[in-house]
Formats: sequence, C-alpha cells, structure tokens
Amino acid sequence: MPEDNGNAQEKKGLSGLLDRPEIQALKEKVKGDVQAFKKPTKTDLFKSMFRVKHDETPRSRALGVLSNVFLHLHPAKVNRDAVAYNYTWGMGGITFYLFVVLTFTGALLMFYYHPSKIVAFRDILYLEHDVPFGKLLRNMHRWAAHLMIITVWLHMFRVYLTGSYKKPREFNWLVGVILLVLTLLLSFTGYLLPDDQLGFWAVTVGTSMARATPLLGHEGPFGPELGMTQFNDVRFALLGGSIVDSNALLRSYIWHCIAIPIIVSTFLVVHFWRVRKDGGISGPSPVVLEGEIKPERKI
Amino acid sequence: MPESSVQNQVSAGADGKGTGAPEAPQPQKAKPWQRVAGLFSKDGTPADMVATRRRFVGASVVGFLIVNLLMFLRFFFPRALFEPKTSFRIGYPADFGFGVDTKFQQQFRVWVVRNPEGLFVIYARCTHLGCTPDWKPSENKFKCPCHGSGYDSEGINFEGPAPRPMDRANVELDPEGQIVVDTAKLYQWPKGAPTQFNDDGAILRV
Repeated sequence: MPEDNGNAQEKKGLSGLLDRPEIQALKEKVKGDVQAFKKPTKTDLFKSMFRVKHDETPRSRALGVLSNVFLHLHPAKVNRDAVAYNYTWGMGGITFYLFVVLTFTGALLMFYYHPSKIVAFRDILYLEHDVPFGKLLRNMHRWAAHLMIITVWLHMFRVYLTGSYKKPREFNWLVGVILLVLTLLLSFTGYLLPDDQLGFWAVTVGTSMARATPLLGHEGPFGPELGMTQFNDVRFALLGGSIVDSNALLRSYIWHCIAIPIIVSTFLVVHFWRVRKDGGISGPSPVVLEGEIKPERKI
Repeated sequence: MPESSVQNQVSAGADGKGTGAPEAPQPQKAKPWQRVAGLFSKDGTPADMVATRRRFVGASVVGFLIVNLLMFLRFFFPRALFEPKTSFRIGYPADFGFGVDTKFQQQFRVWVVRNPEGLFVIYARCTHLGCTPDWKPSENKFKCPCHGSGYDSEGINFEGPAPRPMDRANVELDPEGQIVVDTAKLYQWPKGAPTQFNDDGAILRV
C-alpha cells in the first residue's frame, strides 16, 4: 500500500523527475523495505536476533552449538556411550539444575526475608502462612538444598566408580572437591537463617568445632599459646562476636546469599570448561568387540 | 631541594620494598637496601634498569594486594561488641540453699550450686559442642539435648561425649555482700590435668 501511494503522488506532480537515478535508487530502497515489511523473518536483522533453520548438515548442527553462548560449553559431538544415563547417572547435570533452582527460589525468598534477629523468624512464619506461594517457594528451596547435597555426593561417587578422576582429569577432581565443600558451606550457612531453635543450636555446635581449629582456635592445638581467646580467634571472625547473635545471622546471610554463590559460580565455570578441555565426559573404554558394535544411528 | 626529594623517593621505595619484596621473583641475590639503591642508580645497561624498575612496580602491586588482604581479614573482627555483660550480681549467698538453682539460666546462662564445700556457679555450656544442657531434677543430673552428654549436680560429666566437667564462673562478694559472677573468667578441669575448681574465685566457701 505505501508503495502505491508514493507512485500515485509522484505521477501527479513530479513526473519529470521520475527518470533521475537518485529517484530510481530511492524506489528500489522503498521496494526493499516493503519486501522486508511483508516478510520480516527474511531480513538480516531478524536472522541475527532469532535462530533460523539451517540445512540438516553435520556442519550446520555443529555451528548451531558453537555459535550459541548458552550451548558453547557443550561439545559439538559426544560419544553416545559416555552420555548414557546408566553411566553418568546424570548427577552433575541434576546438581547444576538444582543450583539454578536454588538461586532462583533463593532470590525470591530474599524479597520477604530480613536478616535481623527481631524479624527473621517472623518473616519465615510470614512466608509460610501468608505470602502468595511463599510456602511453595520455601519448600522448593529447602528440598532442592537437601537434594543438591545428595546429588553432589552421588556425582562424586559416580566419578570415583568410573575412574573419571584419573589423568587427565586430576585438576577437575580438585575443583570438584572445592565445589563439594562450598556446597556444604552453602547448606550450613542457610541453616541459621530461619533463626529457629534447630538452626541456632546447629550453628552453635558447628561453630564450636571452630574453637578447636589448630593455631587459630582458642581451644585448638597451639591456639592458647598463640594468644587465641574467645574474642580474637577464627570462630569470632565467623560469628562476628563470641556468641551466635545478630552479627552471626547477618554474616551467615551474606555468605549464603552473596559471597559463596559467587565463588561457586566461578568454580562451576572452571569445572564445566575443564570437562571440555579434558576431552569431554569420560566414557567407557573405546575398545569394543565386534559383536558389541551397535548399528549406526541416524541423527 | 632536588637532593631532598630524591631522598624521599628512596625512603618511600624502601617501604614498598619491605612489604612486597618476598613475593617478587629475584634472579640475583642482593640485600634489600642494595636493590632499592639499584633502582635509582645510573649504573648498568638501560635494559637492566628497566628490568629493575619493572620488578619494583611488580613488587609494589603485590605489596598493595597483600596489605589489602590483611585489611580484608582484619575487617571481620569487630572492635565493639553488643553482647550481654559477662559480669553481673545474683544476690546474697543466703538466697541459695543446697542443690542446683536454675533461676538465672535464661538471663545469664549460669546455674548456682551449693554443696557442703560452698557455693559455686556453673557456666551452662556443654563442654562437648557448646549447647545449653537441661537440669533434670528427677534424675538429679544435667542432660545436653544436642548429643546426650550427662553431668551430675556439680557439673561433673559421667556420660556422653563431653570431654570434661562444665566450666565454673568466677565468683566473689562485693562490699555489700552480694555475689558478683564473671563468666569471662572460667575455671576448668581438663581431662588429665589438675582441677582449677579449688582456685580462689572458683568457689565461695560461705
């Protein structure tokens, strides 16, 4: 329609100018714009924004993975025996999925929770009984946290059973051990946040163990000799005081919601990247008997 | 004037060197002051001077980061604490009869105990991992709810994982004759070590 109107106007008043080259060029441009308006999915702009269908060739399939920021950590091709669920148990992936769930539900819980001694437990009751879907969110966070502890252990167990910690994956095993400890620390710091009796005494017990830290704890080996007391040892730094009180709650909250998640995310990036660099998911031995060769599958 | 400014630079360099020097890789062994002097000498090839100054900058950066790390660590130790006072008055010795008195457990986390020897104050913290045990009058014992440590009415452990009897707080009489308790001064009886329970301040023989 805009094309017709334009032509009509030009024919009425400016017919003499129609043959000039700049007008012809303008005409071509308008034609192109109208074409793009009619079929927006064919424009370069659209193709740059959205995924488009490519030919079903192995090359374009590989490019589809490599050129996408969210998929590029994946290998373009994997050994199909290495990704069988009865081999990997899917535990690493499930652990990461739970981490994402925990980050999301945790961020939502932060909208209603104040890390303060007076209101913390009241906020938990509020979340449980009045906030829309608050009970659902809190339970998702709680159960995902429990499950993540379980899956991260099972992941480690599977890696041990399949010997995937061996050369060249020693470094990634170490990163995994750090991630395991960080996961446990996330769980522990989250324990105090409801500020209920269970969490309070659990953290009292947990941080009492820090009293026995060698050199840095006031009841640990060589601690008193180095001048450690209740008021300057490692437990004091963890709690922000000599007793589990408001400082401890706030510190727990900050470690739980900000510091440890950032550290974990950093190590997760390294962990995933190392999987690729060490040759992908470790698979069963590549040596197969002729009788075990499976028929080729069409992709 | 120029001389004095050079002097200042040298002394500033010495400070930077002092914190950062151990971190920087040093191919040739030289005393720290020799290295600092080398920074500003015109001896050696230009390449040597560039390398020396580059090491100096590297050491300064490392030193800066170390100082920042120390500041970061110090930051976690607050100077002022908003915690309950550890020293308080609990009344006159005549207020307490034989046995265990739990009326200050909620407020001060202590039990007042009188036995034939005198009056002492048990700090209500399990020596295993720091929970507050419960006084069970019917069983005549303290029982920790966390891991089951049991103590008799004088706080001596006899069951569970507790490694030693519960600590006792310092007690003394003020001029009025009231008992002043200080839970910052504790008397212990560690396993295999002599008891401190008979020290001055551990018990009021009244």
